[in-house]
Amino acid sequence: MDSSADDLHTAPAAALRESERGFWRSKAMKRFRRNPLAITGTVIVILYILIAVFAPQLTYFQLKTIRNTCVRDLGLGMGETNKIVEPWTGTFWRSIVAPPSSCFTIPRASYSSVPAPASGKLWLGATSGGYDIYYGLVWGTRSAFYVGILVVGFGMLMGALVGAIAGYAGGWLDNVLMRFVDVVLSMPNLVIAIVIVTILGQSLTHVMIAIAAVQWAPYSRILRGDIMAIKERDFVDGARALGARGPRVVLRHILPNSLGPLLVIASLDIGAIVLTAAALSFLGLGAPVGYADWGQMISFARDWIKGPPGQPLAYWFVSAWPGLVIVIFVLGWNLLGDAVRDVLDVRS
Amino acid sequence: MFTFIFRRVLYLPLVFLGVTLIIVLLMQLLSPAERASTFITSPAQLQHIDVVIKQYGLDKPWYNQYWRWIKNAVQGDLGYSRVAKMSVAQAIATRFPRTVTLALAALLPIVGVGIWMGTAAALNRDKIIDQISRVLAIIGWSLPTFVLGIWLLVVFYGGLDWFQPGQVTVADSIRLSNLTASGVFHHYTGFLFLDALLNGKFGIFLDVIWHLILPVITLSAVTSAQIMRVMRSSLLDALGQDYVRTARSKGLAERVVNNKHARRNALIPVLTVSGFTIILLFNGVVITETIFSYPGMGSWLADAATQLDYASVLGGAVFTAVVVVFANLVVDVLYALVDPRIRYD
Repeated sequence: MDSSADDLHTAPAAALRESERGFWRSKAMKRFRRNPLAITGTVIVILYILIAVFAPQLTYFQLKTIRNTCVRDLGLGMGETNKIVEPWTGTFWRSIVAPPSSCFTIPRASYSSVPAPASGKLWLGATSGGYDIYYGLVWGTRSAFYVGILVVGFGMLMGALVGAIAGYAGGWLDNVLMRFVDVVLSMPNLVIAIVIVTILGQSLTHVMIAIAAVQWAPYSRILRGDIMAIKERDFVDGARALGARGPRVVLRHILPNSLGPLLVIASLDIGAIVLTAAALSFLGLGAPVGYADWGQMISFARDWIKGPPGQPLAYWFVSAWPGLVIVIFVLGWNLLGDAVRDVLDVRS
Repeated sequence: MFTFIFRRVLYLPLVFLGVTLIIVLLMQLLSPAERASTFITSPAQLQHIDVVIKQYGLDKPWYNQYWRWIKNAVQGDLGYSRVAKMSVAQAIATRFPRTVTLALAALLPIVGVGIWMGTAAALNRDKIIDQISRVLAIIGWSLPTFVLGIWLLVVFYGGLDWFQPGQVTVADSIRLSNLTASGVFHHYTGFLFLDALLNGKFGIFLDVIWHLILPVITLSAVTSAQIMRVMRSSLLDALGQDYVRTARSKGLAERVVNNKHARRNALIPVLTVSGFTIILLFNGVVITETIFSYPGMGSWLADAATQLDYASVLGGAVFTAVVVVFANLVVDVLYALVDPRIRYD
């Protein structure tokens, strides 16, 4: 009978139901969940995160048998190594949250210059120099995330700063900053990183600085665009009318509104950042020899491209395992990133 | 159109100044003695490092050094490369053609596989060829250059010994230097495959091509996959447009509709990506050349970096930047030619 009034009641109710459904049941998430590639990507990425988090437990066997200084630095005596796998001990949690830096040093099964195939102790074999491949890959996952998260964090901080200044100030300052961004983005990032690492010296920290020195540029551009759009909105005028000054308007009113999407875009870059860091290590410009790091693990393969006469592929494991770990990691991030961008409909 | 190109060319010096300024400022992190090492060509000079510092004004404020550096660079003096054992400018002159050869050779699969397979996939949506190309795209996209390169080298050099690293085989390289020394072989262009043809040495030409195969696969895998994905999705997009339906309803042949109406428009996003791709390609060049011991710009840069040869790293980086900016300019001009809708003001 009174259908128009009924519509008036149901329309907001429907909207309310839509919002009540929450994040997990939203249309975007439904689309994401129905995409098998997205699920595959998510599972892969979660798997790697778990490997990174539980690296000490996953290498318990190696820590017990080959004993590097990691066990000592965790404050464990002889026969106490099993505390690493007992969740009710403090050592278990300490090894996860704040493992001593010596844990990143790959234990050496021998000092032989010839790679050793898999055996009871060496699950995936050892590289030339006797570095345990399994240990290096598991702890390498941890150092990969360590690099990825720190670089994204720093890049976002720097990008937010430059983007906020450029977007809010506008005018000549905006022009200068954005031309600077153009210059940074017009260089191959690996070449910039090589220059920076050469000048600063070779270490993992400098690799991170070198990658972050490029990584901030696209973020600042995205943020600047957002800020330019948000700046014109009524609530910003409102805040200004109430007497808020420039920095406060940017920090309290504009930034919180534009950081969300940027955070998603930036965290999807972790895969690419890890890859750049691995490439630098591969070239011999990253972590010191023996540090658990994927790029270095696969660069060991270059010592023995050819096996002994008669068995040319005898040392396949030195390139196969690290390569596989890196490829699956990249695949996971690519699939996840693709699906998320699809859902957000971000066109880059 | 002309003003647009003109404006973009004017933009070049700006990028050049920006890049060089950043690099010279970074150089200030080094001590004057370390900076002097870029000019040292003989052990004898090591005894008189103060003289070198004075001579090149390396203890002066940065803007003096910058001016000096620009002045020298414009005259082609970029310092001395310890790794290449010749001046940086000379090293660039000998190595750049090799890298260009590699990059141009990599363009063949990128354009061929990328655009051709992308088109085939879009035109045969959800059929076998589409499924195959999508799987290939995901695999290619996830194969980092250094992993793929090492794997190819292990299998095809280590295992099967079909291909060897380097630019030519050792035997040919010796033959080549003998021929050059005796004045029979002339390096007309600096591009070895061209020079081999011009000198009538067909064996060396084939050897050069043979040695390019693995590096080209390594270098083009990721990029081909990306171009394929972009081509597929943009062609699917174009095929759903009204103008394609109009063309079809006019009774035009399917081939004409696909090639002239849909495909040409679908190439626009592909061109947008290729500007970005050039930069990626250069990243790949550094790694690919290092893996395959290919004596180009990339392996030189990587060697110089591990041996702290500052002059080579800085000179090589500045040169790379200029090349990349130029290449991007070309892409922009192509973009303007393909898409007349773009206005440039």
